[in-house]
Amino acid sequence: MTQILFKNINMKDLHTMKVYEEQGGYQALKKAFAQKPEEIVEAVKASGLRGRGGAGFPTGLKWSFLAKDVFPRYLCCNADESEPGTCKDRELMLKNPHSLIEGMILCSYACRVEIGYIYMRGEFHDLIFNMGKAIEDAYAKGYLGKNIQGTGFNLDIYTHLGAGAYICGEESALLNSLEGERGEPRMKPPFPAVEGLYAKPTVINNVETLCVIPYIVNEGAEKYASMGTEKSKGTKLVSVSGHVKKPGNYEVVLGTPIREIIYDLAGGIRDDNNLKAFIPGGSSVPMLPADQVDVLYDYESLAAAGTMLGSGAMIVIDDTVNIVESTLRLISFYMHESCGKCTPCREGTRWLYQIVEKIMQNKGQLDYIEKMEDICDNMNMKAFCPLADACVSPVVSSIKYFRSDYEAYFKNTPVGSV
Amino acid sequence: MSGFTFSEKQEKEITGILSKYPFKKSAMLPLLTLVQRAERAISPEAMVAISEKLDCSPAYVQSVMSFYTMYHAEKVGKYMILFCINISCQLNGCDKLLEHTAKKLNIKVGETTSDEKFTLHREECLADCTNAPMMRINDTYYGDLTEQRIDQILDSLD
Repeated sequence: MTQILFKNINMKDLHTMKVYEEQGGYQALKKAFAQKPEEIVEAVKASGLRGRGGAGFPTGLKWSFLAKDVFPRYLCCNADESEPGTCKDRELMLKNPHSLIEGMILCSYACRVEIGYIYMRGEFHDLIFNMGKAIEDAYAKGYLGKNIQGTGFNLDIYTHLGAGAYICGEESALLNSLEGERGEPRMKPPFPAVEGLYAKPTVINNVETLCVIPYIVNEGAEKYASMGTEKSKGTKLVSVSGHVKKPGNYEVVLGTPIREIIYDLAGGIRDDNNLKAFIPGGSSVPMLPADQVDVLYDYESLAAAGTMLGSGAMIVIDDTVNIVESTLRLISFYMHESCGKCTPCREGTRWLYQIVEKIMQNKGQLDYIEKMEDICDNMNMKAFCPLADACVSPVVSSIKYFRSDYEAYFKNTPVGSV
Repeated sequence: MSGFTFSEKQEKEITGILSKYPFKKSAMLPLLTLVQRAERAISPEAMVAISEKLDCSPAYVQSVMSFYTMYHAEKVGKYMILFCINISCQLNGCDKLLEHTAKKLNIKVGETTSDEKFTLHREECLADCTNAPMMRINDTYYGDLTEQRIDQILDSLD
């Protein structure tokens, strides 16, 4: 099995400079500094690497969108990891913080950035010491600071903690939060590559995305691009949680059948129950029913199946579960996390919550499902950021595939329960 | 003028924090976090003190403070329990465990024990889904929870 990010993940003391260097850590810097920054951007483009935070936008292309000749530029590493089901970045930062720092140095060199921030969710306070120590050691080794390795290239990296707001994982809300404001999304355009942090060109990449960069520089874009499918290159960390025997973070080559992820890597369904549904990319993507378990895990196959790869969180649901209950929990999450800026999201999430709650109290009426679909239609793609769309995903997909779970309430015979 | 003053140690820390950013206002969350962790609450007086450091209005500080769930106007307990109730934990039975925890502490979810030792909050996903059900107490993550394990953890805290 091909492992890039998780190759040595459980090696003792990998989080230390000593062990990381023994494993070939920071070797990519020498290779990179022998090249022009533009060549690194081209290599990342050629590797086919796509953003691992959720949107799947081509990373090299994102880097090449930076406004020309405008300085200073900033790099923000999105370590806000808040998408329900996702816990891969936490593991990377906990066990292999230097790979993130190395990736950030390479990205900064390629994009001519001199200040990088790691925006971590506030609840990751325990990681700040871990990350902080790694950064300190990188300064001591001369991998960060002024005139790095005699190249004339300067870079400072700082950690920055959020304070409990899912929305700050959205890149423009993250920037506002980092600027000391409420974490409300910005209108786009301008995109961060043109006007980001402090209105300067800014690269924003997920932790996992940046951790891949050292591999691409060391081994070459071709090698990375040789893995995966035609359009989904490389490997992806998948956080498998829910009703599996062996929940965990697993690294898979893109294009792996979902069946393999759930049944082989994660050991199958707990208590040998039957699979009912799975959410393949974090709670913001549409769920799929059990009969689609042979879909391949890559961007295009999941899109063709009507869902998304998202952040790579596979939430597995067995047949003891009433999907209406799970859906209500997710609506409740989005209602709580809506920043309140856009009406469709602020009100829509609340209306959906009220309707589903009524259904679950057996006070629903037959036209409620239609009403929900109508509300979803008025939320989807109608707000500044995708939080509203994210709430629509579980609702619409649960109605599409598990309508009978809703209808059972109208007949007063709800199915299953967590 | 504010009735809140930072300690000498905090002043040093604040100088360090401010040096990370080209613009002062970016230190907003770090300063709020500093106060929340030290005082277990953010008082109006502390917000005035922060506003003076950052050269902005106290109302602005409050508007930011009230946006984020980790800041509290009312003092929270010595141990802040954030109990994850999002989907992966729900699928693994967190609702019953939360109920058990509230019962053990003899408070409702959202409340603080009368001795100010524990505050229990329902929390959205904490990014430890593969160890569900889980909770976070102050800075520590606890996964694979059962009623017995919760009892042991809570009993072990002074």
